[in-house]
Amino acid sequence: MGGLLTEAFLSSLLTGAIVAAIPVLLAGLGEQMSEKAGVLNIGIEGMMLMGAYMGFLVAFETNSLWMGFLGGILGGVLTAVVMAVLCVRLGLNQIVIGIGLTLGVEGLTALLHHFQFSRTYPRLPAPERLNIPWLTDLPIIGPSLFGRHMLVYLALLAVVVLAMLYRRTNLGMTLRAAGERPAALDVAGGNVLGIRVFVVLFTGAMAGLGGAYLANIGAGLFIPFMTGGAGFIGIVLAMLARGRPLWVLIGSLIFGAALSLTTALQVAGSNIPTDVIQMLPFAAVMLVLVLYGRRAKLPAALGAAYERGAR
Amino acid sequence: MNMKNDVNPGALDAADQSTDNDGVITERSAFQRILTVTVGPIIAAFVLSAIILMLVGVNPLTYYGYILERSLFSELGLEQTATRMAPLLFLCASLIIAFRAGIWNLGTDGQFLLGAVFAAATAPLLVGVLPGWAVLLVGFVLAAVVGAVWSIIPALLKAYQGVNEIVTTLMMSFLGVLLASTLVKLAFRDPSTTVPQTRTLPVDDRLPRLFDTSISSGLIWGLIAVLAVHLMMTRTAFGLRLRMVGANPAAATHAGLSVPLLTMATFALSAGFAGLSGATEILGVAGNVRANWNPAYGLMVIPLVFLARFHGVGSIVLVFFYSALLIGSESAARRLSVPQDFTLVLVACLLICLGLGEYIDQRKRKKER
Repeated sequence: MGGLLTEAFLSSLLTGAIVAAIPVLLAGLGEQMSEKAGVLNIGIEGMMLMGAYMGFLVAFETNSLWMGFLGGILGGVLTAVVMAVLCVRLGLNQIVIGIGLTLGVEGLTALLHHFQFSRTYPRLPAPERLNIPWLTDLPIIGPSLFGRHMLVYLALLAVVVLAMLYRRTNLGMTLRAAGERPAALDVAGGNVLGIRVFVVLFTGAMAGLGGAYLANIGAGLFIPFMTGGAGFIGIVLAMLARGRPLWVLIGSLIFGAALSLTTALQVAGSNIPTDVIQMLPFAAVMLVLVLYGRRAKLPAALGAAYERGAR
Repeated sequence: MNMKNDVNPGALDAADQSTDNDGVITERSAFQRILTVTVGPIIAAFVLSAIILMLVGVNPLTYYGYILERSLFSELGLEQTATRMAPLLFLCASLIIAFRAGIWNLGTDGQFLLGAVFAAATAPLLVGVLPGWAVLLVGFVLAAVVGAVWSIIPALLKAYQGVNEIVTTLMMSFLGVLLASTLVKLAFRDPSTTVPQTRTLPVDDRLPRLFDTSISSGLIWGLIAVLAVHLMMTRTAFGLRLRMVGANPAAATHAGLSVPLLTMATFALSAGFAGLSGATEILGVAGNVRANWNPAYGLMVIPLVFLARFHGVGSIVLVFFYSALLIGSESAARRLSVPQDFTLVLVACLLICLGLGEYIDQRKRKKER
């Protein structure tokens, strides 16, 4: 194993951890806000996949990563609109619609991909890196921590902003009220459905952005079904984080490290089948759920549609 | 169709149902209702999907016509459709138990595949050792047990620690799918082939076919399973207990029911049926499992069971049409080069349109009153 611990190996491990962590971080942050306000957004997997597809499509057509990210956000939001209309406005079952939406997006993106890209499998050029003098030149951590795409730092900024929002602002309180006691919020003059529509769209935007990052920076291309459960992992992170954005960040970094380690092991030439290696991140999540699952706190009215005057 | 309920899938809204009988429904409005609740949305869903087909440059009429011709209007297609129903029906049975008991078992894909892989690994080895019926029996029982075992962790976490089963079953599903694939490649691999797959059960030792057709008798077992589960949940004391837990766990506890044990039982039964579903596909049709085989029926069946309002007969009808869609689109994927994923789009459109239809219907009835 001594040969593994080279500078290049450690650097790529750290880089891989960050690249893998960002999509689930963004999805987890979105889902966290959604759960706070009482919407269990199972459709997040579909929103992420739509974000990945639209993100790649736009980036490929315009040759601009930033336009691609905008496209990803748009894709996620468009998918979320369906969810918001059916589950929040019409009060249909959040879980079934979420699953249905995910399946629909899987089918739709696979279909579109088949007719657009399946013959050529075009790739995007490698993303431009942020280059900070001094810091980027540090050994091992330099290129992996400080040479990432701008979006990575924006995602970290989002953690801070959201933490402030939940703790310090009125909006944060309103969100929590919508999840814990929607009737009370309604009586106090708050707009429960409006808040919930907003959080579903926000989740769509975040998940879509995460998907676009996954496709444009993580992979450089779009592959059908490429999210492979990353959105669902985001749900777990949000559940375990008990409403704190910082914990979503920690969770996503651990997840990213696990994923990166598995890729690194493959590259290092171990003979284990890829299936076993791919199991590791899910097994890690399951282990955490077994150990800490009961401490996960979910809002009282999570998953229940709100209808004024209902029993 | 009552799509409106809270997070507990089993907690059907009693008040909502009673309104169905309120007021005198004239013939005309009954006709209109059927139009808004079923026929209209179904047409809308097909039109919506047709638009998507046109966007990718496929003539929707040709495509739909081809699917119908392949799945329902040809003898072979109809037989294939009937055979394909078997695993889907077992999954319906699995989900009806879980949803009526208020448990979201979203891990049926993993349970299905592990059941399939274990059945495929053992049955061929027993041929010649045991009589034919016993080989199949062992395969089915083993698949059910393996499926149930794979749900133990989510079951324990839900029953004794209150951990939300949606995420745990999903995670176990991903793990199960990967584990099944690993087993096929390593432990259960047929040494005599170069392609990684399990040993193959000879055609003569698979589930017998019905009469002179190519329909697997798994269909009969699937139908029995759905109807038995439906009767168990609606007509027996045990079913009532499960539904009570689903509707209101706190009230069930007060009524002296052991909620944790009943939750465990729900998981075991539901996951067991998912395992059986995998076994019917293998012991009835495929004969072996190839590496990375994953039809992913589990999540697909959820919208169907839900649209059938967890009703056995309703599920059977929907499964018939879905099965026809699958067979037709598989053929279309080869001939018209439209990927099979299109079925996913169609089902999602159906779910959305039927949901909207029901909402419009409710709004109209509120106005009338």
